[in-house]
Amino acid sequence: MSQQPTPSDSNVSREEILDIANLARLGIDESTADSYADDISKVLKLMYTLGNVDTAGVKPLANIHEACQELRADVAKHDINRARNQSVAPAVEDGLYLVPQVIE
Amino acid sequence: MSELHLLSTQQLITGLQDKQFSSVELTEHYIKRIDALDSKINSFITHTSETARAQAKAADEMRAQGDQRPLLGVPMAHKDIFCTQGVLTTCGSKMLHNFISPYDATIVSNIDKAGMISLGKLNMDEFAMGSDNSSSYYGTVQNPWNLERVPGGSSGGSAAAVAAGFVPVATGSDTGGSIRQPASFCGLTGIKPTYGRVSRFGMIAYASSLDQAGSMGRSAKDCAYLLQPMIGHDPRDATSIKHDIPDYVQDLNDAEASAGDKPFAGLRIGFAKEYFSKGLDREVEQAVRAALKKYEELGATIVEVNITDPEVTLATYYMLAPAEASSNLSRFDGVRFGYRCENPTDLIDLYTRSRSEGFGPEVQRRILTGTYALSAGYFDAYYTKAQKVRRLIVRDFDEAFASCDVIASPTAPTAAYKLSENLDPATMYLGDVYTIAVNLAGLPAISQPVGLTSEGLPIGLQLIGQYWQESKLLSTAHLFQQHTDHHLQHSTIAKETV
Repeated sequence: MSQQPTPSDSNVSREEILDIANLARLGIDESTADSYADDISKVLKLMYTLGNVDTAGVKPLANIHEACQELRADVAKHDINRARNQSVAPAVEDGLYLVPQVIE
Repeated sequence: MSELHLLSTQQLITGLQDKQFSSVELTEHYIKRIDALDSKINSFITHTSETARAQAKAADEMRAQGDQRPLLGVPMAHKDIFCTQGVLTTCGSKMLHNFISPYDATIVSNIDKAGMISLGKLNMDEFAMGSDNSSSYYGTVQNPWNLERVPGGSSGGSAAAVAAGFVPVATGSDTGGSIRQPASFCGLTGIKPTYGRVSRFGMIAYASSLDQAGSMGRSAKDCAYLLQPMIGHDPRDATSIKHDIPDYVQDLNDAEASAGDKPFAGLRIGFAKEYFSKGLDREVEQAVRAALKKYEELGATIVEVNITDPEVTLATYYMLAPAEASSNLSRFDGVRFGYRCENPTDLIDLYTRSRSEGFGPEVQRRILTGTYALSAGYFDAYYTKAQKVRRLIVRDFDEAFASCDVIASPTAPTAAYKLSENLDPATMYLGDVYTIAVNLAGLPAISQPVGLTSEGLPIGLQLIGQYWQESKLLSTAHLFQQHTDHHLQHSTIAKETV
């Protein structure tokens, strides 16, 4: 969809919510999906107003100062303490993060 | 000693310098109040009383040895969005219920270097997503002016703690009004600086292009004192900008010294009728208009300006902020830190259950909204469109500032509402209508108290400044506060002695 949304586009369905929840790695049940569908449909209705704004020829703005990211010298600082950082991990073994087995 | 908590930061500094009281005595006074009264408002998530006592003792010793740092030994507290090494940092979420930060945010270390003493971590809406502090995993926060009312959000704990007299000043963060709106609801002054002025390193991200840390206190001068050590370029934050470093307190003092009968002579205050239209509470409008009248009496000129339709701004914000949030919050996956679900069956189950069990409903709602906006087929229609409108919002501000120095508006359309009102998300978002344009444009803005409603609830006036002009905003609010006493009113909890 490249055109501006219309009111009918803002009615998000349960199936769409379940689909984007999967994309976002959120596990929600069908009744919760209905509730979110209602809420998000209301939020998307706010977006109609954008359709009335003429943005022809306007460039998108992502960074307010439109500043170039300053590059740092490529010098190792050794300021990352692996053990300290991993002290907050749910499961670590031999300096590696543990997750459920991925490959049989 | 019973009213130490009612003193301004300036008075605390003078009291410490003149040995009227020690940092240990001052710190104990605040800890005693927190221990006795915070159960009424739930403003703290974590107390760091023992560390604070040790820091206060060290501060007194350093002062005795000639250390002249002005903020040495002055207590404060941090919003729990800032990482504090060795201290629980939750961001108001179950997701980080066990996260003992392995490092300090830049502003935390800067404030520490200034010699201030942190009394703990303050409650907030989960991941800063909310306007009334109702989304915190650690419970709602009550407004110290009226316990049935919300303190605002997302820096609700920061505002409530200062208004209750638990700390003289506190840090906050502001993505769409999260410093200014709670300042307004709790009768405080709060400043959101220019985007890039304060490092975001170690500030847990909500919407990276909008987030900015700032300070909250009872007066503009309180805010100036705390903001000073927070500012400056930080090579660890790529969005931090190199810029001149003003001396805010000196600028306030200079402005006060040179002010005559008409301290605002030459000041042009932009008045945008779009900010005084439907949805604005009558008492809020009256108080804000009365404050502008006072500014005029003191020499300011009111000029009419046009700004972007607030409904357009609101739509732009509630498209861009969730989109950025959905990306930022993907890092919380139950692998490297934070909450992990019990007995995951496989990696996808680990991700999915950790995130759905760890995040609360408002956070999940915004992640879903953002994911929807960024998903294939909708990206251009929603996200890119909003980014284009964002440029127009900046352009409108540029044009408005051609004829004025600051722009005035109510900070919020209403005073603090009742928690039981339980607003649906779209309605709650309307409460941000006056504050969000500032974040989209990256401008600095300040909220200052300008009166009370008939029910005794504070009302705030927002002044928006041009880029990098925090000093002008602070000085303007400070001079106003030299001629009014709204900022000297105290909440019910602040009046309680222990």
